[in-house]
Parts: sequence; structure tokens; C-alpha cells
Amino acid sequence: MTVKLFKILIFGLFSLPALWLLGQWGFYAMDAPHDLGFNPQEASNRFSGIWALRALIVALALGPVALMFRLTWPIQIRRMLGLFAFFYASLHLSSYLGLDLLGDMDAFWEDIKKRLYILFGLGAFLCLIPLALTSTKGWIKRLKARRWKQLHRLVYLAGILAALHYLYMAKGNQLEPKIYAAIITGLLLIRLWRLWPRIKRRTMKPIAQDITIKRDKAQARS
Amino acid sequence: MVIRHRAPTDLRASDITPLALYRNRRAFLSMLGAGAILAGSLHAPKSHAQSPDQSARFDPYQQAPRNQGLSSSEELTAHEAVTSYNNFYEFGTDKGDPARYAGQMITAPWSVLVEGACERPGLYDLADLVPMSDLEERIYRLRCVEAWSMVIPWIGVPLHKILSPLGPTSKARYVQFETLADPKMMPGLAYPVLDWPYVEGLRIDEAMHPLTLMATGLYDAPLPNQNGAPLRLVVPWKYGFKSIKSIVAIRFVEKQPKTSWNQSAPSEYGFYSNVNPDVPHPRWSQATERRIGDFRRRDTLMFNGYADQVASLYTGMNLRRNF
Repeated sequence: MTVKLFKILIFGLFSLPALWLLGQWGFYAMDAPHDLGFNPQEASNRFSGIWALRALIVALALGPVALMFRLTWPIQIRRMLGLFAFFYASLHLSSYLGLDLLGDMDAFWEDIKKRLYILFGLGAFLCLIPLALTSTKGWIKRLKARRWKQLHRLVYLAGILAALHYLYMAKGNQLEPKIYAAIITGLLLIRLWRLWPRIKRRTMKPIAQDITIKRDKAQARS
Repeated sequence: MVIRHRAPTDLRASDITPLALYRNRRAFLSMLGAGAILAGSLHAPKSHAQSPDQSARFDPYQQAPRNQGLSSSEELTAHEAVTSYNNFYEFGTDKGDPARYAGQMITAPWSVLVEGACERPGLYDLADLVPMSDLEERIYRLRCVEAWSMVIPWIGVPLHKILSPLGPTSKARYVQFETLADPKMMPGLAYPVLDWPYVEGLRIDEAMHPLTLMATGLYDAPLPNQNGAPLRLVVPWKYGFKSIKSIVAIRFVEKQPKTSWNQSAPSEYGFYSNVNPDVPHPRWSQATERRIGDFRRRDTLMFNGYADQVASLYTGMNLRRNF
């Protein structure tokens, strides 16, 4: 019951920015007063981008929150947040490619080759595609839970690339991209910290064996 | 990003003087003038403005003659856009921050420190530095490095009219300019986006070039604070960040002076920063630009369309290396 309420609430909350953006472009198209400012393309790129980043951060944070407070609802709304991140990333790319570059694929290709932040942004978007595609129950079954989980760790790569995209985009020494990057780094560290025992077991074992063999040999010699 | 709604006091497009009317304002004024002659109370023309009873009605900004030869005939960018879509990081990095916060900057009295290789260094009052009787209007294209552009009716005096009387010596090979950095009036200074104070520079021949303008006004009025009141540079063939705002110091120097964006990212912003569609920037392609008010991009012109006047300044120079 509460999960359903949360779902509706979060859905409404994350739908509003998109509705606002689409509405403003609607006003623009009708030559009516709008709030996109004097460089609507720039405003639209930034607005959709920052909301993609926010949805991604909330999606990444829900796991730790669930663990910390022993809750299950955050895990149940996580998929929706992930899909919102993909949705806003799609809006972001469409805004840039469609409204800003007006579909000029040569200019887009030049951007990818010459501008690192564009490459990072595109990388983040590409990471999110398979995650969005395999977000259904059917795909979880088809891939088996273990492999599905492995695949969906791509979300951390998407997070890192998205943070780099923003950091490299901003000119001068600006605070906001650093805050976003710090949050994503923090969430990634929590994840690594939780995974650490498993990583240690997997990587330390052979070394430990090696050490015991050497010790045994040394003892045999003495 | 914060969703901003229009405040009830904000101007709407319909509140702004229609362009046609603005363009015809001089005809309109002279018509009034003609009427005034008939009525026997002529509005003082510039040369007669000294007589005390008429000086109160003399507005040097309204009456600054347009320099037709150096002015663009393109459609002007709306006044509202020119005065509310600004980069002036001392007030914040959002384009709306300067219009929001620059009102608290005190611009009178204003003094400018002149130092370095010149015969008459010193602390000058604004009025002693800028010959107000020489104000003229010039309509220039402004091309920002962020790939947007505007067409702005500036009012000011050519920079050489300010620099020459200061008597630059033979050692004055460059000129450096510095922006006010007062944390009490400029909230953006709280965070080191750049190494404050903001500094910019020109080679002396660029500074003395007839196109280089020291602006004190735009759209027939003194500069709004967000546009760099009371004194800003306008170098129309260079990216906008070269046109330094709210100047408090002018230095004649022998070596190429440091400039803020170049210090921040030397690989991205060169000392020259001439508008050049063929030299891409790591952040923005410079091949095209969006004129504010347009939906589509347009091609960017070499030297922002001022190649005929300024290309000779750079003959023999590799513009790819000296970007």
C-alpha cells in the first residue's frame, strides 16, 4: 500500500520537470510568452541534463538507503527512477541533437571526436540503453538474476561518466558539477565498501594459497 | 536548476519599444526638433550644450551620433535580452545572475587607476578619463565564445581617444585592464570560479585600432550594471570575454599581460581569442553560432565579420597557434 503511494508520488514528482519543459517548448512554438529565456536551446539542454543526473543519483542512492534503514520500498521504486534517468537522458540528447544541432550529424560527429565531455555524455547514455531495455520482469528471468545483476552494475559506470560529462562541460572552476560528482563518488564508494568482502575473497584466495605453499616449502627445507 | 516564473514586474516583449520605432527615433527626435524650432525653443545641439539653462536637458546618450561607417545594419538584439542574458561571473555564473545582483554595485563615483609605461599615470575620475563630448553610437556584433551572439547599439568613445592623452611610451607594447573585485557588492567573488580580479589585455595596436570601443552606454542610455557599468571594453572581432567590464585599472606594460580565462585554461582560451570559425574550441565548435532570438544557428564569420578592418593586424601570424 505504502509502496504504491510512494510510486505515485515519485512518478508525479519526476514527471513535472518534463511536463514543464515540453509545455515551455509548446509556448515557444506558438510564439507565446515562455520561461526558456533568451537561449531556449541552452536552457533546455541544461534542464533536461540536470534532471537526468538527479534521477540517476536518486536511483543509485535507493540501495544504500534501503540497507541503512532496513526498508524494502526503496528497492521497489528503484526501477522507476532508473527509467526516469534514461527518459531524461533521452530528452537531453534529443534537445541537444534535435533542437540545438538541428540534426546536423556531421557537427555531432565533430563534437564526439573533439570534445571529451560529449564523449562522456554519450558513453553514459549508451550505458543506460541496455539497462532500460532489460528492465522488465521477463528480462530478469531470461538473464537469470545473477547475470542481470551483473549487467545492471553498468549503472555505476553511467554515473561516473555522467559526472565527468558535467565536470568537463562547465567552464572555469564551478561548484555545482563538483557537488554532483562528489555525491556520485560517495555512492560508488558505499557500493565498493559493501562489495569489498566479496572482492577480497575472490582476489586474495590465490595469493593466500601461494603464501602457504611458500611457507610449507620453507618449512620443508629447514 | 530552479524553475523561474516571470515576476509581474518583468518586461514582456510587448513592453519594449518596437524595433522600427527605435531605429527611427533619431528621425522622430529631429521631427520634434523641427517642431521645437517652430515653437522657438530649440533643443540644444551638442556644440551649444554649454549654456547653463539648456545643459539640464542635454542628454549625451540620447544625442550621441551614430557612427554609420562602423555600424552593422543587422537587426538589433532586443534590449531585454541584451540586459538580462549576461556573463558577468563576479555576480554569479547563471546568465540571469548579473541582472539579478548587479543592481547593488555602486558605480558613482568611479575612479580608474592608470599605471605603467605612460607619461600621465594616476588615479583618474571617470569623467576625466572619458571625453563625454565624444560619445558616439556604434552597432556591433558581439560573439560569445559559448557560440551565441547579439547585435548591440553601444555608446562610447574609441579607446585610442582615452589612451593617447595618457601618453603611452615606447615600452607600452600591451595594455592590461582590470575589473572591480569588491566582495561586498559582488556575490560571485565568494567562490573562485576564476582567479579574481578579472583581467584582460590587448596588444597596443589592437587597443589603438579604430574599431576598439570603450563603452559607457547602450541603447541610448548609460550602461546597466550587468553590462559592465560604468566603463567596459568592446572589441567586436574577439570573443566576448575579451570585452572586460566595470574597469578599475588600465596598465601599459611591455610583456604580454596575463588574462583571466587564459590563466584558468591555457589550452582553451588564448591571449588573442579572435573569433575564428576554423579554430575549434575544446568546449564549443566555433563554426556556427546562435544569434539570440533566432531558432537556427548561422555560420560564424572570420573575425566576427570584421576581417576587412582587422585582418592586417595579424599578417604573418599563425592564427591556429595564436588562438
